[in-house]
Amino acid sequence: MNSFFERRYVISGIFLVIILILLSRLFYIQIIDPRYAIYANNNVRRPVIYNAARGPILDRTGKPLVQNVAFYDIMVTPKQVKPFDTAEFCKLLGIDRPTFDKQWTRAVKYSSYQPSIFEKQISATDYASIQERLSEFPGFTSTPRYLRTYPDSVGAQFLGYIGEVTDDKINHSHGYYHPGDLVGITGVEKSYEAVLRGQRGIENWMVDSRNKRKGKYANGMFDTAAVAGQRLTSSLDLDIQKLGEQLMHNKVGSIVAIEPSTGEILCYVSSPTYDPNLMVGRERGNNAEKLYENPYSPFFIRPIQAKYPPGSSFKPLSALIALQEGIITPSTSYYCPGYYIAGNRRFKCNNGEAHGEVDLSSAVAKSCNGYFMMVFQKIMDRYGARQTEQMFTQWRAQVNKFGLGTKLDLDMPGEARGNLPTPLHYDNIYKHGGWRSSTILSLAIGQGELLATPLQMANLECIIANHGYYYKPHLIKAIGAQNVIKKEYLERNYVGIDSTNFEPVINGMQEVVESGTAIRSKIPGIIMCGKTGTAQNSHGDPHSIFVAFAPRDHPKIAIAVVVENSGEGAHWAAPIASFIVEKYLKGSISPREEINPEYFMNANKLPDIPTYNIKTKPQAPANDTSKKQKKDSSDKAKGLKSAGNDDGKSLAGKRSTKKGKG
Amino acid sequence: MNNQRSFFFNVDWVTVFIYLALCTIGWFNIHSAVLDPKYHGILDFKTDYSKQFWYIIAALVVAIIVLLLESRFITALAPAFYGVSILLLMVVLVIGRNVGGNQAWLSLGGGVRLQPSEFAKFTTCLLLARYLSSVNVRVTELRSFSVALAIIGVPMVLILLQPDMGSTLVFYSFIFVLYREGLSPYFLVISALFITLFLTSILFSPLSVIAVISIVVLLIILLFRKNKKLVMTMLAGLAICIAFVFSVKFIYNHVLQPHQKVRIDIVLGIKNDPRGQGYNVNQSKIAIGSGKLWGKGYLHGTQTKYSFVPAQSTDFIFCTVGEEWGFAGSLAVLGLYTALILRLIFLAERQRSPFSRIYGYGAASIIFFHVMINIATTIGLAPVIGIPLPLISYGGSSLISFTLLIFVLVKLDSNRMGIV
Repeated sequence: MNSFFERRYVISGIFLVIILILLSRLFYIQIIDPRYAIYANNNVRRPVIYNAARGPILDRTGKPLVQNVAFYDIMVTPKQVKPFDTAEFCKLLGIDRPTFDKQWTRAVKYSSYQPSIFEKQISATDYASIQERLSEFPGFTSTPRYLRTYPDSVGAQFLGYIGEVTDDKINHSHGYYHPGDLVGITGVEKSYEAVLRGQRGIENWMVDSRNKRKGKYANGMFDTAAVAGQRLTSSLDLDIQKLGEQLMHNKVGSIVAIEPSTGEILCYVSSPTYDPNLMVGRERGNNAEKLYENPYSPFFIRPIQAKYPPGSSFKPLSALIALQEGIITPSTSYYCPGYYIAGNRRFKCNNGEAHGEVDLSSAVAKSCNGYFMMVFQKIMDRYGARQTEQMFTQWRAQVNKFGLGTKLDLDMPGEARGNLPTPLHYDNIYKHGGWRSSTILSLAIGQGELLATPLQMANLECIIANHGYYYKPHLIKAIGAQNVIKKEYLERNYVGIDSTNFEPVINGMQEVVESGTAIRSKIPGIIMCGKTGTAQNSHGDPHSIFVAFAPRDHPKIAIAVVVENSGEGAHWAAPIASFIVEKYLKGSISPREEINPEYFMNANKLPDIPTYNIKTKPQAPANDTSKKQKKDSSDKAKGLKSAGNDDGKSLAGKRSTKKGKG
Repeated sequence: MNNQRSFFFNVDWVTVFIYLALCTIGWFNIHSAVLDPKYHGILDFKTDYSKQFWYIIAALVVAIIVLLLESRFITALAPAFYGVSILLLMVVLVIGRNVGGNQAWLSLGGGVRLQPSEFAKFTTCLLLARYLSSVNVRVTELRSFSVALAIIGVPMVLILLQPDMGSTLVFYSFIFVLYREGLSPYFLVISALFITLFLTSILFSPLSVIAVISIVVLLIILLFRKNKKLVMTMLAGLAICIAFVFSVKFIYNHVLQPHQKVRIDIVLGIKNDPRGQGYNVNQSKIAIGSGKLWGKGYLHGTQTKYSFVPAQSTDFIFCTVGEEWGFAGSLAVLGLYTALILRLIFLAERQRSPFSRIYGYGAASIIFFHVMINIATTIGLAPVIGIPLPLISYGGSSLISFTLLIFVLVKLDSNRMGIV
């Protein structure tokens, strides 16, 4: 029939081979290669993240310290943008043309079809005028974002601030944080981040090729709801916190007040401070820049980071240890000729003023250096000069129990441990066995290498107020709506001094206020027990220090006030402390004959910038030329210097964070 | 009576069944690809699937009419059909509607458009069969071969002017018909050689391609140097190849349109442009690849439903098949096509009349070519040239012309015992 009949097989064969090629390719992309299913998933699945509202922070009576307020981000979807008057738009947003171009390029680079942030954090007032006209610019939309706001502008160093999360943190968060998330950077915002941030919600949507939502992915199976952050009830008392910040205005220093029966911190002033609202919103970067440039470092958290020689405020502790050791009794007396002689050296007592015959209580009340040096030497030389090191080690351990030279484990980042010298420290200076009780005698009066933070000083007063124990000081009283209290804050920490030993010391402290150095700070109707301190330091006037607790029976407040470079403790720190105590205990400040709060609020005791800026000019030791003193002061300067350096470091760190945010 | 009975007995129900299966599969996939939850109507002629529904009804009517016609009528009118389609191809160049860069459509009013190039394939097939089955015509003879080439070439040129590269290339499938009728197998070999040369000379520098083929040719000449005729042929072939390689660069750079160049580049892997020119193919591959073995289920494809894949109801309809029915579905559809093509070849071979046989091969080749290029395009094995998947792709012209193509053969076959 046809000579080419067999060619049907050739043709069929060619067809079949080509179809087999197609089939094997289909088999490869559909069954073998897993990438396409993932691509398809990525095409349609759009996780939409709902940020949880950050938990508010309240004061101890429930008044808000931090709330959330709506700000607005202007978003842009480049593909939806129609030609518009750029100049007009820039004017509306209050930006210039180069900024516009930069932000536009960034948005286009991010995605043409997906919205991204064009301009961040516009306040509700600015937004009101923008909102009316935003519809004239298709493609631009707005989205609310909740930022922190501080109704009373107090407690900046306590509250800290939040900022965009760094890349490093994102990488270490196991996928929790995403770029642009806000996290606590300092203060409570940082230490309670996990409680405050809440749980982010995710909705998985399916979108079409134009990014239009088409329905829930997998019927919402992988969606989670946002859970708002828990509220924190802080231990601060808004009223005295406000008063404290006013009193410390134009001064450098801190106030720390603690409720002895709980360890709750009532007042936490770091001065100079700043308005925490400055660290929110669009001007945040500029504001932060200015604050960093402030020579008094408002970001330095003085209550826990500044270290001062406690000075005379340390004397009650000296006395307590001696009583406990049985070295002295309350009636042990000493004749003060206006100086104290140890070995071949002579130490002046309070500018050479002779106290005459003093016992323990009056030594505390009159702040007699000689008495406490005598007591200190008795302890150190109890078993002879050869045992000095061993005795010092014992003494040091006892002081350490009071929380000096150690971190008190405050629920805040950045706590310093102060300084409590070790035997090794003296070995290094004077070689092993080369130092005696007289060498380290200034420790007896809270000078020398001894450094304490205001928090440690206030805690010391709690211990005295409680007759021998303290609760860990803390700033957050309760977590969440259930007011959960951390267990560790309910435990008493005993310091190893019998409660009976406290009475004579407290008698002396009462006398300080009743008739002693701090008589001007006596509060009508309240028995306050306190101790002034005047800490010599290497740069300028001594620091004015006052520690106290009140009332004497069933104490409700223990306080430490430091006003840097302002002179004697009785002049500045003590009155300020008394106002705080009175306000806290009575709710108001009654008029007094000699002093009024307004005077202290208005006084300017800011140190000169050149002398304050110790980084540039470490001061030479002042009056005493003895070897030991020289060592001490240069050491002190070193300590302060290192504090300054730390500060500088953290500044640099913060600056770079800020830069990252652009 | 007898005639009526034999009519039903003689219709090849296997072909009819495959035809109906493919049309049904087509309709469901179009329905899924373009489903708009707001319009559910199937009869309202508003959506693609509603239109396709009516096109299928129309195609069935056409099929029945074809079956009722006299076979003689079909052969007799072949030149007329051809003439009309050539005329329409000319008319479309003048008053046609331009859609997607191709001036390929004649508007018939009411939203219905006719694509003459679809019908030209069918009429060319008819006329070619008619000519090659004439007495004294042999493909092996130059004159007959030239006439056959002219019959194929005229519509090709007219379609190329639209310019519809895809439909033009479809006419190349007639090479199988000519081969079956006696064309030298060298034409197939040379075709394959030229396609390979074309692709390699785009991929590599012309000089290296020429160097390689020169070495091969010289080796052959060295081996068979005693056969003078072979040596001469090889040398001539080499010359042609060299000329071709250089002309490829020229054609590629100066004749092809930029988008065609890019499409070729993408298939060859020279360019990777998943957001621009390569978007279609990339999304199409994602759609098909994400179907896995069993697919995402009817109406559950995300790639196609959410319009990531363009032209999803026409040229890229296979994406819906691959995505929603998986490899199983792909295998079933390709299986049906294979069965259809082999069945058409089987029908062609059992014809007594050369006309029917040649026509049958033409039909099989055209369908094969469409299936091969269309599916290869969707999985990135061929450049995007835009030809429909027979019976499945949305489109009335295409559906009806394939119906004609198939049912004319069924009609001829049912009548194979008679004399045409």
